[in-house]
Amino acid sequence: MDILVVLEDNRGSLHRMSKEAIAGAQKMGGSISALAIGENAGALAGELSTFDLTEVITVNHELVSSYNADGYAEVVRQVIDSESPKTVIAGHSYQTRDFMPRVSAKLDIPFIPDIISIEGGYTKQVLNAKLNATVNTNVDQIILSFQSAAFSDESMVSGSCSARSFEVNLDASLVRAESEEPFQESTGDVDLESAELIVSVGRGIEKEENVSLAFDLAKVLGAEVSASRPVVDSGWVEPFRQVGSSGHNVAPKLYFSLGISGAIQHVVGMKGSKNILAINKDPEAPIFEIADYAVVGDVLEIVPKLIEALQS
Amino acid sequence: MKIAVLVKQVPSSESTLPLSSDQTWIDESQVSFVMNPPDSFAIEEALLLREKIGEGEIVIVSMGPDRVKKTIKEGLAKGADRGIHLEEEGKIEIDPLSNSKSFSSVLKEENFDLILTGLQSDDTGMGQTGVLLGELLGMSTATLAMETEVQGDSIRVKRELESGWFQWVKLPLPASISIQSGLNTPRYPSLKGIMGAKRKEIKCVSSAEHRSGAQTQFMEKVFVPQTSKQTEVIEGDADTAVARIVEILKSEIKVL
Repeated sequence: MDILVVLEDNRGSLHRMSKEAIAGAQKMGGSISALAIGENAGALAGELSTFDLTEVITVNHELVSSYNADGYAEVVRQVIDSESPKTVIAGHSYQTRDFMPRVSAKLDIPFIPDIISIEGGYTKQVLNAKLNATVNTNVDQIILSFQSAAFSDESMVSGSCSARSFEVNLDASLVRAESEEPFQESTGDVDLESAELIVSVGRGIEKEENVSLAFDLAKVLGAEVSASRPVVDSGWVEPFRQVGSSGHNVAPKLYFSLGISGAIQHVVGMKGSKNILAINKDPEAPIFEIADYAVVGDVLEIVPKLIEALQS
Repeated sequence: MKIAVLVKQVPSSESTLPLSSDQTWIDESQVSFVMNPPDSFAIEEALLLREKIGEGEIVIVSMGPDRVKKTIKEGLAKGADRGIHLEEEGKIEIDPLSNSKSFSSVLKEENFDLILTGLQSDDTGMGQTGVLLGELLGMSTATLAMETEVQGDSIRVKRELESGWFQWVKLPLPASISIQSGLNTPRYPSLKGIMGAKRKEIKCVSSAEHRSGAQTQFMEKVFVPQTSKQTEVIEGDADTAVARIVEILKSEIKVL
């Protein structure tokens, strides 16, 4: 086995970043197996049955029926020990960050996280994405995680793959943390992931009462409204509208960004958008680096006039 | 309750970042350094936990060259009790596993109940030292903590998941927990705190002496990202901008 992709169960189906990890692994080449853990392992394996993988290894044990760091780290350790993959790959999700370093420490294998490219070495962003770094290693076995949208799940290669159940040896004393059920603090019926048009609002909107401008613009365009983390943290926009590493990952036809500076935590959640139109006062705003259209100007002045123009 | 907070000193977000001559990092002689911003939330959380419990010792731990003493002192000025400095000569070590083994070797005998770290560092962003160290010291671990409460010999942590989901986990102590940025409001050191920090102990240990095993990952090359994107810059007054935006929406992106 050359590559083992560790899959993530996103409430019963494959996490998008797991598919991207498979697409990246297929690009690297070699024999690829995937590992599905938990009560939904069979369903995750089923989702991959028409893709070009050697097999999906499934682990279903009562101590890891749902995610916990203690259990997952030990399961992944045992599978790596038994199958000896050269490279272990996962999406750089919050869950990966939570348990993969434990695997790295248990097996004494380096974990190179948050990779954006595998051309000519493993490249990651450093210093708030102002520079890129190629990180390398001098050992044969490594763990990698790929940043969201580093690869496209649409480029997954079709084929066939079987499932194989793997017996783990887990002792109840291993799982020290008691996990409660995951919950949402607020829920909305907004489906940002499948929205075609998104108007997104950032700190440049300045005041809570100005947020209505974003909603007004969204209304005339037929778009959904999202926001960056600072705006959500201020309580101006509901948390379920947040885009970025701690929020949603979106890829609309148009991402219309209003006063968002473009911190890396935000950008990872929207850089897959087909068209990015950004308005920002600061000509140096990082959002402009990934924008197709960079409007240098005041959101509070431009947006009301734009709404007026669109209505007439 | 004995709490360690791991802090890192990183280039300031305002600093210029000239590449070093061998292009494997930046030229640190031309860089201004600050406390890694996510770590200030970890320090604040330690101070708040101690206030709630009513007792406890807080130790600021940092690795790096002599300049990181300034960052340790900032933690002491905010109210931590003492510092441990793992002195590192030469260039920055990016290998989190190797670094964590040094931390583990130095901190083992301290028997901390709790180790707190920031979410990740703003320089290399590896985001794993706290969890690695927890595993090496046999502690339970949790990441992205949005709320913490100590309950006897356990700590209950509200973890942030993705897309607006959260989860409470209860960990037996000792535990190593990484703190999500923004969960509290980090305090500024008071004048009294700054004066008092001068008398607080900073223990220096050689990081090299505690480093076990070879470094397994390293920076091969650092470079300025090339954007492949063609960006049209639209400047001028609001009316000009509006006219161009309408045209783009109508005939280029075709959403009108």
